[in-house]
Amino acid sequence: MLSFIIRRFISAILVLFAISVMVFLIFFATPGVDPAARIAGRSASPAVVAAVRAAFGLNRPLPIRYLLMMDHLFIKHDLTSYVNPNTPVIPQILHAAPVTLSLVVGAAVIWLIVGVLGGVIAAANRGKFIDPLIMFAGIAAVSVPAYWLGEVVNYFTQSKFHSSVFSWVPASGYVPIQQNPWQWALHLFFPWLTLAALYAGIYARVLRAELVNALNEDYVRTARAKGLSERRILMRHALRCSLISIVSLFGLDFGALIGGAALLTEVVMGLPGVGQLTYNSLQDLDLPVIMGCVMYAAFFVVLANAVVDVLYAVLDPRVRVA
Amino acid sequence: MPDEPVATDAVLSVRDLKVSFATRQGELRAVDGLSFDVGAKEVLGIVGESGSGKSVAMYSMLGLVRDSNVTISGSVRFEGREILGLSDKEMEGIRGGDVGMIFQDPMTALTPVYTVGWQIVEQIRAHSDMTKAQAMARAVELLGEVGIPNPASRVHQYPHEFSGGMRQRVVIAMALSCNPKLLIADEPTTALDVTTQAQILDLMEKLQQSYGSSIVIITHDMGVIAEMADRVVVMYAGRPCEIGPEIDVVRRPRHPYTWGLLGAVPRVDSKNQRLVTIPGTSVSPLDVPEGCAFAPRCEYKMALCDQRPELHGPRDHQDACWLSDEQRVAIRSAPVGEAS
Amino acid sequence: MAALGVVTVMVIACLLAPVYAHHFAHVDAFSSNLNGRIRLNGRWVSVLQANTQGLGLGVTPIGPTWHLNNYFLGADNQGRDVFARFLYGGRATMLIGASSALICCIVATILGLAAGYFGGAIDWVVSRVFDIVWAFPVYLLAISLSVILLTSGLNLGIIHIGAGSLLLPIIIIAAVYVPYVGRPLRGIVLSLKEREFVQAAIGSGASDWHIIVKEVLPNVAPTVIVFFPLMVAFNMLTESALSFLSIGVQPPNASWGTIINDGLGLLYTRPWVAIAPGLGIVLTAGALNVLGDGFRDAFDPKAKLRGSI
Repeated sequence: MLSFIIRRFISAILVLFAISVMVFLIFFATPGVDPAARIAGRSASPAVVAAVRAAFGLNRPLPIRYLLMMDHLFIKHDLTSYVNPNTPVIPQILHAAPVTLSLVVGAAVIWLIVGVLGGVIAAANRGKFIDPLIMFAGIAAVSVPAYWLGEVVNYFTQSKFHSSVFSWVPASGYVPIQQNPWQWALHLFFPWLTLAALYAGIYARVLRAELVNALNEDYVRTARAKGLSERRILMRHALRCSLISIVSLFGLDFGALIGGAALLTEVVMGLPGVGQLTYNSLQDLDLPVIMGCVMYAAFFVVLANAVVDVLYAVLDPRVRVA
Repeated sequence: MPDEPVATDAVLSVRDLKVSFATRQGELRAVDGLSFDVGAKEVLGIVGESGSGKSVAMYSMLGLVRDSNVTISGSVRFEGREILGLSDKEMEGIRGGDVGMIFQDPMTALTPVYTVGWQIVEQIRAHSDMTKAQAMARAVELLGEVGIPNPASRVHQYPHEFSGGMRQRVVIAMALSCNPKLLIADEPTTALDVTTQAQILDLMEKLQQSYGSSIVIITHDMGVIAEMADRVVVMYAGRPCEIGPEIDVVRRPRHPYTWGLLGAVPRVDSKNQRLVTIPGTSVSPLDVPEGCAFAPRCEYKMALCDQRPELHGPRDHQDACWLSDEQRVAIRSAPVGEAS
Repeated sequence: MAALGVVTVMVIACLLAPVYAHHFAHVDAFSSNLNGRIRLNGRWVSVLQANTQGLGLGVTPIGPTWHLNNYFLGADNQGRDVFARFLYGGRATMLIGASSALICCIVATILGLAAGYFGGAIDWVVSRVFDIVWAFPVYLLAISLSVILLTSGLNLGIIHIGAGSLLLPIIIIAAVYVPYVGRPLRGIVLSLKEREFVQAAIGSGASDWHIIVKEVLPNVAPTVIVFFPLMVAFNMLTESALSFLSIGVQPPNASWGTIINDGLGLLYTRPWVAIAPGLGIVLTAGALNVLGDGFRDAFDPKAKLRGSI
């Protein structure tokens, strides 16, 4: 087991390395584009461009440039933004991280509860009315663009019904939890719901499909022949075996979201998290910040992948021998 | 169907069991009029090809058929009590407690994420008030009884850590854990290799003696019947063809299908016995003929066979065939290759 | 089946966008119409009207008129007919969604087949490529590529694709999702390779090409067919996200994503500009999902047995 974990993490590091190379190549080595001009930003003067070229060693061969960038980013920690000069990138990211964390953790709790409940209820009542109802809601949830949903929610809570039903909804923005927990939660309430809605739908559908499959397996037939109640069979046998895929799915989604995949929701809801930072830097073509954000996100995705693989072994004893 | 009195000491008493499914292609008659008794400590064998309805019959008796398109009719009495039509809650006490089941494929019969001990304990505690510790001790005992070495340590292992034969033993241990009065074994050895088959059958016989339960064993293998069964029901296309004591059915089979299953038309003066195969393919349950189900494949088909034959004959050994006794004798003493 | 109907309606409606624009509404969906006037209830009305609320500054476009040939959903802040743009946008979004899904499925099938069937070095390379591309958070990869390529287009040797071309989003989105389809396909090919009928074909001396096309491909095809509508839905959503961020479809072209972006500023006054394209996406993607589910149920023999013992 231990060697399995070690091997998994080594390959995770290798993948991170590969991603850093990929990002570098995309931003610096795409044929036909001038990296210096882009780092300096859209409206930089030729002098700034020349300075950038020198600072990043863009006259040097590719591998050296790559090493220099990695040096600035990881070792010297002094990668600075070129749109907001003298603003170091890494602290910016770290400052934004708790916001994203708050958003994602809260939404995750909601979507897990709703999604699992939805999947279990749909599977337990398969064929009856509530089953297709839940599944329909699930499909709707998957088909909705995240940013659009956020906008629509904003429309209803900030504008249309703001004076009546939703008068208690604060304007968009973020309040840190240390400052005022109640306001923190209030400001995050609708963002949580918006983000959770999308994922709850997916999880309910996946869980229901897994449960229905499990309920047709031989071991469920044995459990029934043992005289166990349907409820116990569903919860203790079918669900336990279906959880494996849900947990792996959750691990991957959670990892991606922590890294800033919720950027659209953050932007629309006015939350200054990592996602919004990424979005802004993309708008401004602020390359160092983009680089930092992408590596940050990739790190969590790769980490989540590795953790999920390990968790898989914990949950499914059959995998452990491998 | 002659009205047979219900044997008062029968553990299981089935009368005219019919199971059919409503499908898009029409009505699928899986079981069409099955009746038999299982006495105390008796082993009943149900034999037939795949698709003959033998498994469906037993599952439907215990309410294990979950298809909403199924229709079950007839009477099934367990220890005198009618169990067909009982609710799930009422059946839960019987399943696993009074009636234990062993399934065909040991590789998939156990839940992969729990240890075997946990699963046996689950069944025990579902039917009794034992504490976890007591139930676990009983589980270890059971594993020992079915011949698993080092039961105290193996009880904490997962199903995938056991071989096929070992897993089947675990399933048997689990089925016996609540001292059931009736054990139903659905092709328990089909998925195992020949040596293991023999071991498992021996084990079942031994346990049957010590536990005193009745057994219904479902199989397509006449060899298993010959070894284990006291009485036999031969099924074809959901209908019973022949029923009687094993000795009689094997030595003096009356139905042409049984002849086919036994692989030979018995000949008194044979030197070269050629293997006889049953020509044709088994009938689809959607297309069972109104008359005798076996007629399309039967060498001895007559005009009379357009009417469905019912079980008839001496009380003990009955068959569903229009052939008269004289005709049967003539067939059995003719040389191979000549039709009667 | 209903899903198929919805998708068809959407496709046809949007394909007819130019027809609608020219003949029914007599509007040009793409050029600004700041001073336009339309006839409404017998009177001439300005398309962009002076604000009477708030500070009284600026102009507000008119809202939905609910007349089918007269600014059905109102105007946007350039005075353009929202409904006409909705139809055009639908064309772009669906076109991009469908083409990139098609390219993605084809490439993924080829790579999956090659990796699964030939194994060895080919498999190693393809799998590593899949791993790396997929490890990159999907949206981020799409965004990164778009940011780079959209400023000046793609100039790779003989391939020149202009920055405003729709081909760029199509290729980018297709490339990003190839591992998503390719990996499961590779898994299926791997397990098929062990099956008897393939072994038999190999044993009887059939050429690799023959085996791949005649034996493996037909068994992989159902999975690809199930994936396809789902991928179209995914790709539509991705495209609209990219366009929303202004790195997808570029003006003067419009897609549902760009229209939503355009409508942001008007959200509290003229919500329909932003809401309509979103609804379009929801309906079309939803219908596609249902379609995909339907395909899957149709192909899965076990689905019919659901609910038996």
